[in-house]
Amino acid sequence: MKIGVVIFPGSNCDRDLIRVLNDYTSQPILELWHKDTDLQGCTHIFLPGGFTYGDYLRTGAIAKLSPIMESVKNHANAGGFVMGICNGFQILCESGLLPGALLRNTNRQFICENVYLKPGSNQTAINKSLDTEKTYCIPIAHGEGRFYCDESTHAELMNNNQIIFRYADANGNVNDSTNPNGSIDNIAGICNEGKNVFGMMPHPERAYSDFLLNTDGKSFFNSLFDVN
Amino acid sequence: MQHQPATIDQAKQLGLLEEEYHKICDILGRQPNFTEVSIFSVMWSEHCSYKNSIVWLKTLPKEGTKMLAEAGEENAGLVDIGGGLACCFKIESHNHPSAIEPYQGAATGVGGINRDIFSMGARPIAQLNSLRFGNINSDRTKWLVKGVVKGIGDYGNAFGIPTVGGEVYFDDCYEQNNLVNAMSVGIVEVGKSVSAAAGPAGNPVYIFGSATGKDGIHGAAFASKDMSEDSINDLPSVQVGDPFWEKLILEATMEIIETGAVVGMQDMGAAGITCSTSEMSAKTGVGMDVWLDKVPMRQADMKSWELLLSESQERMLVVVEKGKEKLLEAVFEKWDLTYAQIAMVTDTGRVRYFMGDVLEADIPAESLVLGGGAPVYHRTWKEPQYFKEIEKFNLSDIADVSLSEAKEVAMQLSSLPNIASKKWIYRQYDSMVGTINESTNLPSDAAVVKILDTEKSLALTVDCNSRYIYADPSKGTQIAVAEAARNIRCSGGVPTAITNCLNFGNPYNEEVYFQFKNAIEGMGIACRKFDTPVTGGNVSFYNQSTSGLAVYPTPTIGMVGIIESPNHRLSIPFQTKGAAIVLLGKPENDLGSSQYLAKLKNIEYSPCPSFDLDAEYRLHQVLGNLAGASVVESVHDISEGGLFVACLESAMSGNLGFDICTDKQYRLDSYLFGESQSRVVVSLAAEKVQALEAICSNHGVPMLRIGTVTAADSVIVNGENWGNVNTFAHGYSHSIGTALES
Repeated sequence: MKIGVVIFPGSNCDRDLIRVLNDYTSQPILELWHKDTDLQGCTHIFLPGGFTYGDYLRTGAIAKLSPIMESVKNHANAGGFVMGICNGFQILCESGLLPGALLRNTNRQFICENVYLKPGSNQTAINKSLDTEKTYCIPIAHGEGRFYCDESTHAELMNNNQIIFRYADANGNVNDSTNPNGSIDNIAGICNEGKNVFGMMPHPERAYSDFLLNTDGKSFFNSLFDVN
Repeated sequence: MQHQPATIDQAKQLGLLEEEYHKICDILGRQPNFTEVSIFSVMWSEHCSYKNSIVWLKTLPKEGTKMLAEAGEENAGLVDIGGGLACCFKIESHNHPSAIEPYQGAATGVGGINRDIFSMGARPIAQLNSLRFGNINSDRTKWLVKGVVKGIGDYGNAFGIPTVGGEVYFDDCYEQNNLVNAMSVGIVEVGKSVSAAAGPAGNPVYIFGSATGKDGIHGAAFASKDMSEDSINDLPSVQVGDPFWEKLILEATMEIIETGAVVGMQDMGAAGITCSTSEMSAKTGVGMDVWLDKVPMRQADMKSWELLLSESQERMLVVVEKGKEKLLEAVFEKWDLTYAQIAMVTDTGRVRYFMGDVLEADIPAESLVLGGGAPVYHRTWKEPQYFKEIEKFNLSDIADVSLSEAKEVAMQLSSLPNIASKKWIYRQYDSMVGTINESTNLPSDAAVVKILDTEKSLALTVDCNSRYIYADPSKGTQIAVAEAARNIRCSGGVPTAITNCLNFGNPYNEEVYFQFKNAIEGMGIACRKFDTPVTGGNVSFYNQSTSGLAVYPTPTIGMVGIIESPNHRLSIPFQTKGAAIVLLGKPENDLGSSQYLAKLKNIEYSPCPSFDLDAEYRLHQVLGNLAGASVVESVHDISEGGLFVACLESAMSGNLGFDICTDKQYRLDSYLFGESQSRVVVSLAAEKVQALEAICSNHGVPMLRIGTVTAADSVIVNGENWGNVNTFAHGYSHSIGTALES
């Protein structure tokens, strides 16, 4: 396993993510510069959060044109692992690697707070070892996190267990009152049909360290990397 | 010099005094031209020169064992936090731009203060802000709050540094002159910080970051005059921010420092190229030849004075060791930054600005800067007239409340904008990026951020109850410092040093100057007592409308403290049902300048709350003993809203309730809602009360058991059940959002 984190201009969660990923491999985490095209043999590619290109034009709209994204697409289309968090998720949707789009939050404000996530299934790498009856406290921090897709896409996502997380309350209730940004079906994260490309708006890397008094995100990474 | 001399009238139009014009003639040995007068006008503005404040600022304590840079010597303060690390921090105002264009004004304030930090080689790790607005129900205030908050959020969030703390007040005196003070805190290895020095003659000087446009021209001069209806004509003085560029510049700055080729660096804030080139030259005792035509420009045909005075954002000036230019250029290319060599260090001691072959301005660098030739004024003062109104205040004129009235007051107080939760505001700030904010899941009176890979954390706070300072500038400012230090202590930290943001009215108004002088005296007294030297900061005068109404004197204190280890941490939430609630410090019959009096009784003039600096100091020693002692479960200082609100906040954050009894020796209103100082509410297991008593008696701090932590279904005062905590929590949590969105 070789892990790479793509650094775009404006990425700002790259360091946080790398700190976490360092716990899962003895090899150095490779920082993949957006202008490069060589993935340097990475098996696992992460797109971190941030404001690539200042979110100008549209979130992720310019980053998808970065040279490295062609290689990321090829990697994904060959079944390789790719995961985007927050802005990374937005870039994956813009690139067409994930269906749907992320629109402005319904309250038209940036929202940063802890939310509770309920696994949509236990059929993918990131939620296979999670308890689908439990909720996980994970922070969000975004202005454009409202997941949107058409009805047929939504049906496919459901039928194929591609909805990896939904916004809930601590008790696992999923409804409008537990939906922070207006996402369709409270969707907080999805994967592609092949279940090798993942995107989520919440930040599991921000719920990882003991001193933050919230380590719920650790379960997600443990699930991804088969650590018990 | 080829250009026509500028007239006295032109100089006056740029904000210079007649005597200052003559002084310029003396310095140059001739009459200045328009470009030169423009340069002097910004460099000698209050914003850059501190000409009306420096006499008093020099009285503040600057010495300390942990100080690594003296106040005023660098772009920001630098203190040793142990383990080979230093903390770099500073607070700065962006009041005037924010009053006209709240979004950009606030955004560029955030950008500017962060550049001050990373231009010293420190990577910012946390941001705070202190905001003041007028009446929350006025349309102007709603517009300002929404704009300022979105400006701070959009800039800080994209820049990617967490906003971890702050304060927000609403008072009528800020209706026209809202205040926006932004603080940034960074970390750098000791010995690796970068100075604003120029080095020897021959060193090339680069500008990098954004191209230069016409925005913000005369911004520093704009910040140095009263606000009026015509201020809207100053809109071109407001700069436009681009956090994406700032982020690129941050990363590039960190990388060029790593090359070892950087001699010195300064960000471009007020007065842009002028200020950075002259200050860096004067600091090193050298000169610079600057070719303005080489500056990357955003638009064609910019005049020399426009290039010199532009406050276009996200620009840096860096002096490079001669021969190592390519090392820096490679980094700038990597980050796609605009850059150019625009100057060369000389041994002339003069800053000379050229357009092509034409010398546009030629001035001794030293003559422009604070501590050099900039004017220094001793202003006169007189005691404010309104003090007479305060003297008339008599507490016995106000009827005490009954227990049932007290419940009503408690309900109203907990929804007051100055007391209620600021969540509507801070939810729009990314407070968690960087994964170091320890306050997210466990709040303390100060924000707590982890210093990664160490045992330590920083405790950070901004504090200023300006109503107290209005009532008594010296004592009120002592309280501001004391409260900041208390907040750090209540988080388990040791107060280390402060930065200040001094927001006042027009210094030529003698009553305003009285407030300023006394506030500085009070600050000095308190900073000496708590051993928290002043590392620097910013003066913002002229927060006054032309109608004559000045803001309350608002010397905001930004304080940094060190929490030595995780087990020293103290926090606000009640932890255990049945725990004893204990008041540390002495109750007083005192409602002076309380939110209860000001907002619910509409009494504008009442004395500053009672405050004894020695008693405060002793309380801090007790709190210092409690850090790491595993005696108390919660600690929360008593501030706006008094004892009741302190208990309510500990209850709400712990999802518990409380049952307290007051003392008949004291008025019920002052016991519950008075804001007399040097008091803290703690909760602890009953069997630990004795241990607490021992610590308190050691330091001569009075303590009194006042009640018990209960389940969240009850708030009981003197045996009367006032309902469950949610009854109060609803108004507390939602009143600000409801008011702003109505």
